[in-house]
Order: sequence, then C-alpha cells, then structure tokens
Amino acid sequence: MPRIGVFVCHCGVNIAATVDVERVRDELAKHPGVAYSVDYRYMCSDPGQNIIKEAIKEHRLTGVVVAACSPSMHEVTFRSACASAGLNPYLCEMANIREHCSWVHQDREEATKKAIELIRMVVERVKRNEELFPIHIDVTKRALVIGGGIAGIQAALDIADAGYEVVLVEREPSIGGHMAQLSETFPTLDCSQCILTPKMVQVRQHPRIKLLTYSVVEEVSGYVGNFVVTIRKKARSVREDLCTGCGICTQRCPARRDGIPSEFERGLATRPAIYIPFPQAVPNVPVIDREHCRYFLTGRCRVCEQVCPAKAIDYEQQDELITENVGAIVVATGYELISPSIYGEYGGGRFKDVIDGLQFERLLSASGPTGGRLVRPSDGKEVKVVAFIACVGSRDRAKGIPYCSKICCMYIAKHALLFKHRVHDGEAYVFYMDIRAGGKGYDEFVRRAIEEEGACYIRGRVSRIYESNGKLIVCGMDTLSGKLVEVEADLVVLATAMRPSDGFDELARKLRLTYDEHGFFSEAHPKLRPVETNTAGVFLAGACQAPKDIPESVAQASAAAAKVLSLFGMPRIEREPTIAEVNEMTCTGCFDCERVCPYNAIERKEIKDRRGNIIKVVASVNPGLCEGCGACAGTCRNKSITLKGFNDEQVFAQLVSASV
Amino acid sequence: MEAKAQSTADAHPEDAERKLEFAYYPGCSLSGTAVEYGISTKALCNHLGIKLEEIPDWICCGATPAHAIRTLFPLALGARNLALAAKLDKPLLTVCAACFNRLKWTAYELKHNREAREKISQLPGLLDGQTVERLYELQILHLLTVLRELYGIERLSERVRYPLKGLRVACYYGCLLVRPPKVMQFDDPENPRVMDELISAVGAEVVDWAFKTECCGASLALSRSDLVAERVHRILSDAKSRGANIICVACPLCHVNLDVYQIDANAKFGYEHDMPIAYFTQLIGIALGIPAQELGLEKHMVDPMKVLKNALAQKQT
Amino acid sequence: MSDVVRLTDAKLKEFVTEVERLSGQKVSQCYQCGKCSAGCPMAFAMDIDPARIMRLIQLGQREDVLRSRTIWICAACQTCTTRCPQEVEIAHVMDVLRSMALKAGYTEAEREITEALSQFVENIERRGRVFEPELAIRLNIALGRPFKDFGKGIKLFMRGKLPMLPERVRGLKELRGIWEMVRKLELSEGERHGGEGTKHS
Repeated sequence: MPRIGVFVCHCGVNIAATVDVERVRDELAKHPGVAYSVDYRYMCSDPGQNIIKEAIKEHRLTGVVVAACSPSMHEVTFRSACASAGLNPYLCEMANIREHCSWVHQDREEATKKAIELIRMVVERVKRNEELFPIHIDVTKRALVIGGGIAGIQAALDIADAGYEVVLVEREPSIGGHMAQLSETFPTLDCSQCILTPKMVQVRQHPRIKLLTYSVVEEVSGYVGNFVVTIRKKARSVREDLCTGCGICTQRCPARRDGIPSEFERGLATRPAIYIPFPQAVPNVPVIDREHCRYFLTGRCRVCEQVCPAKAIDYEQQDELITENVGAIVVATGYELISPSIYGEYGGGRFKDVIDGLQFERLLSASGPTGGRLVRPSDGKEVKVVAFIACVGSRDRAKGIPYCSKICCMYIAKHALLFKHRVHDGEAYVFYMDIRAGGKGYDEFVRRAIEEEGACYIRGRVSRIYESNGKLIVCGMDTLSGKLVEVEADLVVLATAMRPSDGFDELARKLRLTYDEHGFFSEAHPKLRPVETNTAGVFLAGACQAPKDIPESVAQASAAAAKVLSLFGMPRIEREPTIAEVNEMTCTGCFDCERVCPYNAIERKEIKDRRGNIIKVVASVNPGLCEGCGACAGTCRNKSITLKGFNDEQVFAQLVSASV
Repeated sequence: MEAKAQSTADAHPEDAERKLEFAYYPGCSLSGTAVEYGISTKALCNHLGIKLEEIPDWICCGATPAHAIRTLFPLALGARNLALAAKLDKPLLTVCAACFNRLKWTAYELKHNREAREKISQLPGLLDGQTVERLYELQILHLLTVLRELYGIERLSERVRYPLKGLRVACYYGCLLVRPPKVMQFDDPENPRVMDELISAVGAEVVDWAFKTECCGASLALSRSDLVAERVHRILSDAKSRGANIICVACPLCHVNLDVYQIDANAKFGYEHDMPIAYFTQLIGIALGIPAQELGLEKHMVDPMKVLKNALAQKQT
Repeated sequence: MSDVVRLTDAKLKEFVTEVERLSGQKVSQCYQCGKCSAGCPMAFAMDIDPARIMRLIQLGQREDVLRSRTIWICAACQTCTTRCPQEVEIAHVMDVLRSMALKAGYTEAEREITEALSQFVENIERRGRVFEPELAIRLNIALGRPFKDFGKGIKLFMRGKLPMLPERVRGLKELRGIWEMVRKLELSEGERHGGEGTKHS
C-alpha cells in the first residue's frame, strides 16, 4: 500500500500569493495513497527539511512529493533529506508549482486547480517509482593535460603536486605557448620568460609529469575515470635520450639560408630545418622539420648527423603511438590571432611594416630577431613613430567577430609604454574605441601609459592605412573632438582578434565537446561551472574557453586542477542511476539506439550459449557514459530500453492522471 | 598610322564561334561627355568579336542623383531598364560604373526586399510584360569581367600587336564599381585587380598606388567643382608620386573629373599635373592595333598621345 | 549647440523612428567608432562628420541633422557602408536624410548641390535620358552663374562631346505617367524604402 507524503511549499509569496496552498494541501490529503499532506513557508530551509524527515519516520512514508520550485533548484536538497531519513532518495520527486504554475499564471482559482492537478500527477508517478542506487565507477587517478601553454603547465603542476601522475601533451616542439613569445607582461612588466621558464623547468623535472612534446592526441575513448587516450608522438628525428642540447646542429644546418619562416618569431626571422624554437625551450631537444629538411627533400645533406657529438640524429625515427589510461582530461589548447588578410583597408597583410601584437613582442624581446631593437621589418630603419590600432577584428560584426578579445587594451598600453622606454624621443599613437582595463592595477597601468609615458590616445577607428614614401599613412578620426586625424608612422601594430587554436573542431569531436560559433569550447555553465564541460571528466583551462589574460588563465587552470583533484579524491565516482537499461531478452540488436545516442554510451555485447557460441549481439548501456537523456528509450522499436526513474509505467501514470 | 585594322573576328574565326553576345546598356554619358568611351567600347568589342545589341529605348539609370533625393524613382528606373534588357534574352553588359552599380543595386533590392517587389508591381506598364523574377535573374556584367573571364586574359594577350611598353599605368577604379561589396560582388573592394591584370596583359607596366578606390568627388562636379578639384589633386598627386605617366579608368564621371576638371585642380593648387586619363577600352584597343582615331583619343582634355606614341613605336615581334 | 537636450522629449524618439523606418537601418547599432568619418573622402568639407550625424540621429536632433551641409556634401561613394564594423548602411541613411530634408523644405544649406541633384532628376523625368547640355545650362541659370565652366563647355563642344539634340526614347509619354504615380507613392505617408537590412525574403 503506498503511503505518499505531500509537502506543499509557500516559497514565501512566490507560490502562496497566487496558489491557495492550504486548499492544495487539503485536496491532496484526500487523494488515494496520500498518507500525509502538509504545507510550510520554506520547504528547502532546515526546519522545512526536518518536517519531511520527521514525517517519513512518523508516517512510515513510502514516497515523498515536494510541491515547490523546479527540480533543477532543489531536487538534490530534498533527495538528500529523504536519504538521511532512511528513504531511498529516488522515491522523492518534485512537483513544480512555481515556474510551471504560480510564476506564469495570475488567476488564483485557475492556478490553484492547476497546482492540485500537477501534484496529483506526480503522486501517481511516485507510487510507481523504484528504489535506485548510485552507480560507482573506479577512477584511474592519472590526468591528461592537452596543451603546454601557461594554463596547461599550471594545471599539470597543480595536479602532480597533489600526488597524481599527469601526462602533458604539447604539439609544438617545446612547452611555453604564447607566453614564451612575450617580452614583458602587464601590469607588472615582469620579463615573461623569466617568470615562465621556472615553471617550465618544474614540469620537466617533476617526477610525476610525463611530458610529451611534438605530440598530438589521436583518439580518445572511454568515459570519466576511465579514458583511453592514444597519443601520436611525432618523429623529431632526434633521440631525446641521447641529445645534450648543445645546438651545434642548428648552427650548421645549411637550410638556415633557405628562408624557412620561424614560427616562434612569427615570420620576422628564419630558422634552420633542424631547430630548437627558442633558447629556453623545454625540452631542449631540436626537431627536424621534414618538410624543409634538405635530406628529406632531396636525399642529400646529413650535415647535422655528421656534426652531432652525441650521435643523436636518427633520420629513420618514426612517429610513435602511445596509449595512456587516464581518469580526467584538462583541455588547455589556447589561442591564435586572426590573420590581418581580412582587413584589405589595412593592407591585407601586404605591408611588411604593419604587424600584429605578437610580432611586436618579438621586436621588443631581447632574444628576438632584432635583439630588442625597434626597427622596421621592411628596411631595418629605426622606428620613431608607431601607431597601435585596437579592435582589429574584435567587436567587428561585419567581419564576423562580434566579441571583445579582452587582452588587447592592456597589451597595447604595455606596448606603448615599453616603446617609449626604449625610444625616448619616439611617438606612440593608440587608436581605440573603448578601454577595457578591469583587472587589479589595470586601469592605473593604462593611465600611466597616457599620463607618464605620453602615449597619445585617439578615440576612433582607423579607416585605412596605406604606404607612401616609405611611411605608413594611418587615416583616423578622433570622435571626441570631432577632428579627422592622420599619422605618418614608421610602424603600425594591429591588435588582432583572438581566436581558438587550429584544430579545435577535431579535438572537440574526439572529446565529444561542444563549442560556440567562434570555436571556443563550451563550459557547462557560464557563471557557476566555468571549468567543467558537458562531458564528464573533461575540464577546460585558459584561452581555449574564451579570450583571457595570464592571471585568469592561471586561475582557471588551478580551478580545473581542483576539479580533477576532487574527482580523484574519492575512492570511486558516484554517478546518477537514472540511466538507460537494455532488456537483453527482447533486444533484437538493430542498434538504432547506438545511432541516436549523443554520448556514445551504447556498446555491443555478445550473448553466448554454454559452449561459447554467439547467439546474438545486443545493445548494452555503459553506465559511465550514459547521461540519461532517453533518446535510446524513445527510439527503440520494441521497447527493449527503459530509462530508470522514467519508465513507461511512471510516465503514463502521470499522464493518465492529468487526463482524468 | 596603320590602315584600319581588320576585325579579328575575321582573322580569328574562333572568336566569333564563342558567341559572346550581350544586351548593351550604354548609359547617358556615352553619347555626351563620355562619347569616346562609347566609341572605344564599340571598336574594341567589334575587334574581339563581342556582339553588342543596344537595348531599345533604354532610359537613364538614375546614377547618383536619383537615389540621392528620391526613394522609389531610382528603383523604377532600374526595373524599367532590366525589363527592357530581359526582352533581348542575353546577359546585360555595360561599361559605365554608375550604370553598373545602379542596375546591380536594383536587381539586389528586387531579389532581397519584398516591399521593393511589391512597390514595383504596383506600377502598371513599367515592366513591359516581364516578371520581377526575370529582372533579378538577369546577368549584369561589366566589360572588365567579360574580358577577363569570358574572353580570357590569355587570349587577349595573344592578340596584342603593340605591347604598351613605356606606359606606367595607375589603374583607377573609383567607388561605384566595387562598393558596396555585398551588392556589387565585383573584385576586392579595397584592392581590386581586374583592370590591373588586363592592362598588364597588354604589355603595360601597372603601378601599385594608394588611391585605387578613393572617390573623385563624383556628381559634385556639377555644383561644387572646388571640392572635386581637391579630390582630383590628391588622386593625381599620388599616381604621379608612384611614377605613373597615365591613369586608366572605367567610369565616365571619373574620367570627366580627372580629365576635364584637371585644370581646376591645377589652378587651385598651383601645380601642373599634366596627367593623361584614358579609358581601359582605349588602352587595350591601342595595344590590339586599333587606330587611335577609332578610339576617340583626340577627345580628351589632357592629351594622351605624347605618352602613347612611345608605346606605339614598339610592335610585338 | 548650446541648448540643453531634454532626453525624455518624445519628439526625439519620433525622429529616430522615422529615420529607421525609412532607411531600414537600426540606428542604435552605431557605436560611434568613427571609421566612417575617418574614411569619408568629403569629410574635410563637411560641417558635421558622418559619425556625428549618426550620433545626432540617435539623440533625435532633427534640425541639426536635416539642416546640415553634410548630407549634401556626401558624394554617395559608399565607403562608409563598406567599412562600417556594425553593418550600418550609412550611405543609405544619407539618402533618406536628403529626401527628408527636401520634404521639410531645407534646401539652403548647399543650394547649388540641391539644385543640381533636383535638376538632374527632372531632366530624367522629362527626357528619359539625361541631355547634358540642357542640364548644364539650366543649372547655371538657376544658380545665377550663366558662364560657369563656359570655357570647358566650348572645348567639350568642339570635341563633339556635347550633343545638340536630346536622344529620343519611345514610350516616354507613358513613362511620364508612371513617374507621376511614383511621385504620388513617394509622398504618401505609408511609404517605406527598405535598405538591405529590411524584410529580406
């Protein structure tokens, strides 16, 4: 005999102002199977929960219906309360008489009738609920971090320092990301490499971090706590175990005269075919770029092999496929800057002296292609007048990039400031639309650039830039004064928009992640769950989620690490039992369910007879992946799949009650 | 000068087989201030076996003034012309940049704007029996595109008899050929190259310069020629500073402003620009061997013959 | 310029609504970046630069906008529309402002330009194709400068670039009847001229 308890919440005036809660309570008390019906001002409060707990014991309730707000608010609250009173939490359901009733209706009579109806429906359903128990999953307490920029490095260190093994995969030959290319960072003007390289070395030396550089993630299978990842370690053509990092090969490589553009120097310098991207690279082992190496192209050369004192060159080296078992994955794949080719009005990339922010960092950098001298890429002449253009791509609906890239206002101020430090008689002009400087010490930093360093800030977008007599003519507008302005600049630096790194779509497919229209990976909730994704066990850190600066990336990386650690901190993971279940007797093995499952949670299971012959292959739900969406249950032609907690009996009881 | 050149349609019968036939929309200025543009267009097309059938009873496209002060009138003008062209059942070809712009705009409006279609349908007799769909399905082409895409640059360069050596040409596109890009869909609006490629193909040196699409002042010539003088001065100065000795245009109004109003620019700034302005049809025509008189080159205010004589002295071997 | 603008005045919003309705553009999209003004070839001669015109529209300043010289100095070169990051068709807004100014009778800001444009259009209506010599002469007389560019005129005539007679267009009478209808439709209140931003179907 069912003994259902009905608990009607006033929710202050949210429900009670529209719904006659006392009448509802009284009507439900009369409903067959209801053993106890009560109302209270705030059911979710401690006293409210106590009412439920005591009622369960006193009235020997077999089920609980809390008529209140949306389950997404307090289902967990009330289920925990029931559990602590000894009632299986899945015998507790909520009837939403707030979002579905009092908040959307005004007529008191109608709303009250509807509330009564809604609660009756849930009572009928709960009568048919079964006890369910959480699913426990073992966790492999190892993490994978994809991306070795500052975010990936921070996440890897945090997880490894807590005592767990981390595999850090980076597709470039060295970790460090874009931060390694910066000269100084705002607002402290720390030398970027000086603060970054200690962390890079820590990664290298950490006993629990397995560093795989020049490597990419090939495939990912499995589920939270039990991922199987295949990593392709691309062939460097150099034996990492033998190489001493002396660098002689890079100095003697004849292809250094072949004009191969250096990726690290953003095209402002060339590099040899066998190269170390920058002096502080981790690992300090060169890589042979087989697409430009003379030996690989023509079969002749092998100079590096001859000069290498450690005999570390290995032209026969092949890509290696490495399999790793991990329990959690942190995605920290970072950003890239858009190409200025979409801005025909700024030269479309044709003008050598119109560069982007990262290229300017290389010019500023003491270890850069000009040794920190500010000279023009075109003719090497000194730069005396520089124009910085903000919002090149960002906040430009016409170019398809409506968002703000967040960091540019700050790094432009930094660039203007550093330029004035280097070139005392230089002139810096900044063309901006708005100044976004919301961080700690940020606004003061921008004011410093203007008030102390004398950078001239012009509020207005630049219409076009053209070359004339060896100078760049920047045609702008100062909207604040209403004056048309023009600058004859030696150098123009465009603050181009940030976009996600190449390959985000492929990685998303492999990890079953979603991304927005611009390619930034989607967080589970923009406000309250910024580092989780909708794929259990996969977390985000850094600019791959949205444009952000270094402090935010580091903070987010530590947050992602914390999430990983909370996953590893429990002996096993508990997952919601409201998942699908296949009736293997009736399943015909058509696998329509497999086709519609968005989580790849349907597996194939062989049913064998006693002699080991396969009788049939049926569908089987992987409890670690299933998120209980019910698509399979709806698709299955002969109703062989049920969704626990939402089986046909429950749902139909609810519907039939409504129609009576 | 050479005897009248034969139509290459005779010398190259395969040209005629290509059947490049168009409904020709000359526009008002081609019988007036841009008469040499009309003459040279006809001569060039005739030479290349491109058949132009002038649309009977075409009317003014409205150019800038119509859309500048009226709202429905410019659409009606455009619709009328498209309807008349549609009757000929051939793609429409024009050489005037403003006409090209207005006709394409009309087609775009009719295609994308339901209200525009409704309004036009309310004017009985305007479309002369054509449906509105027929209007915006009509292909509207500029001769520059026809020469590069349909006739072919390779073929064109093969027909060259006098490669224009010694000519340093600044190709000036002006505004209406390329803007707004959503409507015109004609080359890169910031750095177009179609004219440069054609002029290059006939042997001239094409100069890279910064005022390719900078406005000349357009229809302000009628009322505020002082403002036009200002713009013309800037354009000519930049061309000259890049070493250009001739400017090539594809728009009658640009030609008038740069050629006829050059003396205004000279006077205002105290500077003798002495920069000849030629239509691309004239330059290509010269290169192909069409005599200068058949291209109207004597009609310009700033004499182009000085610069062209050098080129003409060198024949392709 | 010295008057205080009472932002709650309903007339301000009326002007915004009218401009938006006639142009099909959402004026609030303009975030005043100034790129249009920076690239405008005629901005040097304007009293109010294009970005500021857009701002004045946003603030409902009908008189400032419709009495400006700017809307007439605009050469309709479309550079602003092409480069606007917020996809506002500024050149089209200028078209609309001009017809609004004419309707309001504001023709004195740049009388020569207004007259030239009006005469050009009248010439089309009357002749079908523009008869340039007639246009030039009528304009010069209307503006009281009968001998402007007379030297040019002679030279053009000598080169055969000024025809003596207008070209004949068949069906002109019927067309004139249609132009009457067009004028009437334009004058009626419900007239809407959509830009590329409205009602795409």
